[in-house]
Amino acid sequence: MAAHKCNIFMLAFVLCGLTYVFVRADIEYTNHVKDAESGAVDIAPKTNIGASLQSTKTEDQTQTAEEERQWEAETNPADAPSDNKADHVHDTMQNLDSRPAPYAKDQTQEAAEEERQWEATEVKEADHGPDTMQTPDVPPPTPAKDQFQEELVIRPLHSGDIYASFQFRTMWDTDFLRGSKVSHYRLFPKSLGQVISKFSVRELHISFTQGYWRTMQWGQPFLPSPPGAELWVWFQDTVTDVDGAWKELTNVLSGIFCASLNFIDSTNTVQPSASFKPLGLGNVTDQRFLRYAVLPREIVCTENLTPWKKLLPCGSKAGLAVLMKSEKLFHSSFHSQALHFRPVCQDWKCKSTVWELRQTLNVVFDLHTSGQGKREWSLFKMFSRTLTEACPLASSSKVYVDVTDNPQGELFELSPTTPLLSQAVVLGDRRTYSVYDLTNQATFGQTRSLNMLLRWRAAESGDMLRPLLHGERYVAGYGLQTGEIHTLMYNNHPYRAFPVLLLETVPWYLRLYIHTLTVTSKGRDNKPSYIHYQPSKDRLRPHLLEMLVQLPPNSVTEVTVQFERALLKWTEYTPDPNHGFYVGSSVISALVPSVVAMDTNSTRECPLFSSFFPCKEESSYFMRVYTEPLLVNLPTPDFSMPYNVICLTCTVVAVGYGSLYNLLTRTFQVEEPSPGLAKRLANIIRRLRGVPLL
Amino acid sequence: MVRGTNVYGILRAPRAPRTEALVLSAPCSEGNNNNQAVGLLLGLAQYFRSQIHWAKDIIFLVNEHDLIGMQAWLEGYHHTNTTGGDWSPLQGRGGSIQAALSLELSSDVITSLDLVLEGLNGQLPNLDLANLFYAFCQKIGVLCTIQGKLQRNDWDTTSGYSHAAQTMMLMVLKQASGRPWGDHGLFLRYHIEAASIRGINSFRQYKTDTTTIGRLLEGMYRKLNNLLERLHQSYFFYLMPSLSRFVSIGYYMPAFGLLAVILLLRALDLWVQLGASPPGTEDGVAGGVQPSSPGVLSILTPVVISHMTGVALYTLPILSQEMAVQHFPVSETEAVVLTAIAIYTAGLALPHNTHRLLQGEGTEEGWRVLKLVALLYLAVLLGCTALINFSLGFILALSLVPIAAFITPHTPKALSAAIMVLLSPGCTLLYCVFLFQELQETPVSLQDGWMLFLSVISQGILDHALYGSLVYPLLALLIYPCWLLLWNILFWK
Repeated sequence: MAAHKCNIFMLAFVLCGLTYVFVRADIEYTNHVKDAESGAVDIAPKTNIGASLQSTKTEDQTQTAEEERQWEAETNPADAPSDNKADHVHDTMQNLDSRPAPYAKDQTQEAAEEERQWEATEVKEADHGPDTMQTPDVPPPTPAKDQFQEELVIRPLHSGDIYASFQFRTMWDTDFLRGSKVSHYRLFPKSLGQVISKFSVRELHISFTQGYWRTMQWGQPFLPSPPGAELWVWFQDTVTDVDGAWKELTNVLSGIFCASLNFIDSTNTVQPSASFKPLGLGNVTDQRFLRYAVLPREIVCTENLTPWKKLLPCGSKAGLAVLMKSEKLFHSSFHSQALHFRPVCQDWKCKSTVWELRQTLNVVFDLHTSGQGKREWSLFKMFSRTLTEACPLASSSKVYVDVTDNPQGELFELSPTTPLLSQAVVLGDRRTYSVYDLTNQATFGQTRSLNMLLRWRAAESGDMLRPLLHGERYVAGYGLQTGEIHTLMYNNHPYRAFPVLLLETVPWYLRLYIHTLTVTSKGRDNKPSYIHYQPSKDRLRPHLLEMLVQLPPNSVTEVTVQFERALLKWTEYTPDPNHGFYVGSSVISALVPSVVAMDTNSTRECPLFSSFFPCKEESSYFMRVYTEPLLVNLPTPDFSMPYNVICLTCTVVAVGYGSLYNLLTRTFQVEEPSPGLAKRLANIIRRLRGVPLL
Repeated sequence: MVRGTNVYGILRAPRAPRTEALVLSAPCSEGNNNNQAVGLLLGLAQYFRSQIHWAKDIIFLVNEHDLIGMQAWLEGYHHTNTTGGDWSPLQGRGGSIQAALSLELSSDVITSLDLVLEGLNGQLPNLDLANLFYAFCQKIGVLCTIQGKLQRNDWDTTSGYSHAAQTMMLMVLKQASGRPWGDHGLFLRYHIEAASIRGINSFRQYKTDTTTIGRLLEGMYRKLNNLLERLHQSYFFYLMPSLSRFVSIGYYMPAFGLLAVILLLRALDLWVQLGASPPGTEDGVAGGVQPSSPGVLSILTPVVISHMTGVALYTLPILSQEMAVQHFPVSETEAVVLTAIAIYTAGLALPHNTHRLLQGEGTEEGWRVLKLVALLYLAVLLGCTALINFSLGFILALSLVPIAAFITPHTPKALSAAIMVLLSPGCTLLYCVFLFQELQETPVSLQDGWMLFLSVISQGILDHALYGSLVYPLLALLIYPCWLLLWNILFWK
């Protein structure tokens, strides 16, 4: 996933420069067209759908073509048509009323162009939506519309655990920024769409994670996330009161996701200067519009999953989402659900943008505890459900199983077998996947349900390549006065150094002694080339420390900084102060040299002319590593019996003494109601005359 | 130089962010001393792996060389260095450790489990840990003891009472020693609640198999796993006459308070006397100033000299170790201990040397001021000690308060000197050694007792050097000089 992020990230920047002019130039044009088409959207859906598919596919294709030009596909060419056909079946199913004639035409065109196209389409990244065989040459006659893709990647991990990663991608073709009020939602969730347009959000990334990703045993996740809740948002540059919008947005999201996001306030919000750049289109990189916050203590459970599932077009009624039964998903070693919203290009020319909502769910199942030591898994065992259909609204719906370590089937046995194979470079490593296309009815076989079964043959699953980058963090020292935060960054690459960006946010109640900051690798001082430090303000904002450090090859780099534990006010303690206080994960972002490029002695079959320079395909990929959060004990007063006695006594004294004092010192007077004007006049006259007053 | 390897494994809790951990440790050195415990630890590790309800990481640790290995591991884990030991960096951590148990099964046949609580510098784990152990022993039906003594139900009888008193005395003596009485003792410095569980073989009719102990440990770890906060609800300062009963700080502190009040009252008395005497002897205010102003030097000199002796007692035994080994036919340990005793005894000759330094005679005022200083000094010293390590403070108060209260230059010299020497810290230590052996029902002869006494001194010095135990520096640098001040008063001229 990170690789994809990176791709988009890099691509975005490359394209930005190229397309900015186009986009600017086209604004007027699109505005013109928009006026004409805003009516057309509803009137002529038949013509729109096909085009939308085409254009988004085109975008995918261009991306794949650009990024993965050199990937080798080892697919049986015979598979392509069947895949193709399946997609068509699905497409026709989905768009019951889409035009048949152009499709037929497309197909003939495809047949002609298949020879040169199949490679690019079949070779795709794991997180790319599978695409139909449509030619990029067909010009999009009308603007695109919403689109939905779903996929599930299952990867057997070297530790014997199973990693299942769901991805749901909803494209939203709308233009809420230009003031046009969007009231019609098709696939995109309305609850989220309204929030996003109200607060002028450019990008929104939110993740809820229970557990810690064990990099050393499991390798890299597709989408990393820190334990607890993480939220980072890029606002549009039109937003004037970013802090206000951020505060409101967190409260609204807290309601949407049933999470404690409302605890995000200025004491745990930071504006990183370099670590979190926009992942989608856009050239605004001014950190004023960025807000980042982590709640390491957030517990993720069913009540967060249910609203998350409700954002899917099919809910949990059909498609891959039927597998998400809470009692199984939360019976796992790791659970992470995330939501990423960002602008992406509509087509390869990137003339206009569409909004992409990507919902991901990553789970690691521990088969040791559930399988009584037997090493096999099936969909049913993991999710207690099987797959029976794709989501009818989805344009593609696929299940990938990572079979990289099992080329000849000697390690494990996968059934039912699928002829479809796909190869991709994921996180700098070349992986092979078996693909199950759910839009193809043949996938489900006779039983009309798909239940993949994987049975290990060998007891050992081979050696895992050590992750090239990984981080660790702990608190050193003892006592309740001072301490030291150690952050370790491992570069396991045998010969290449690479720079990493380290982001540490520390709450104000740990007062960092920034003069004690040391960065050492291999016993020598390692001077960071960039340091951004924002000191904390008590009860207002946390410490923010960002630095760019060069990690020497095959080394451990240690960043240490001492801190002092502050004494809180008695109302500032949590209800369970003796549990300790959390410090969020530090974030290590890096462009890591890829494993594929590490192999200079090119053992694979490839043309000689392509293998001389070591910088081959994707020489480096973007990666983000989160360290563990810290639990730090602060000096805590004894909130026990004496404390209660003091509180109770004070209350009794305040109430008892107060009322008694009141009674004793207050004088009671009956206030005469003021007489009316006539009476007063009468009294004056009576006084003058000496007659008794009324 | 000791070199060793600790082995540990971390059972990662599913869906926990590596912030909290529990430790189960078993010491293992060469030979098959603690094989049972290591086997049980491995069995438990395998069993715990298949369970899903762990919310905290569990660290299984097998430490070599008992306390030294444990010290190295803890320092490595917390990246500290208190005593100059060296450790290699640890590869995995589990966040902040919430509680720890150390398991020692020394014999093949286990009849009962003994709970050891006394840690470094007399620190104790939270009482809830002891309660947890007791509750689970009751539940599973395992015989459990503390200080190796069974609990008796006849509280009201004399024998039952004395049994409980003996158990508590043992705890007081152990706590006063300030050394870790099990591997758990070193955890307490890091604010980790820890205890040692020791399998003993002394009650023949009962027999406990390893499975039962495993069940007990599983139960305890499940309970500790469920903790939301660190153990903090119960007492940290207590004495235990039996496993199910305790004497809280609220009960025992008054006893010490009464002892300390003697010193304060005595000091007040002296203060009043000092204030009242000048008008009696001389006339006017100037007379009061006259005798006390030359007194400053005469007071300061004994104070400084006694502390210098203390510093010598603290540093010389280790510094002169090499020289002593070269010149005398003694082992290294003996050299240190004998040097310490020599310096201690040499300190007794101090008053003569002190007075040689002083000009003129010591006045009546002089010893009173000196005693006032000594009394207040002792009161503060004992008070602080008792707050940290009650037992040590109490034992020192028992021996030092009487002599501090009654000593004057006018008491019969020989008798007072004998009493003072008998009640000096060194001799108190000797009595404690005999008392401890007596209470443990292993009485020793005088000869063996003396050897034990020597080994206790060397142990104290070693504990200070290895684990940072504070008893030896406290005695050498503060208590002994204070006693020397009193000794000075006795020989005041």
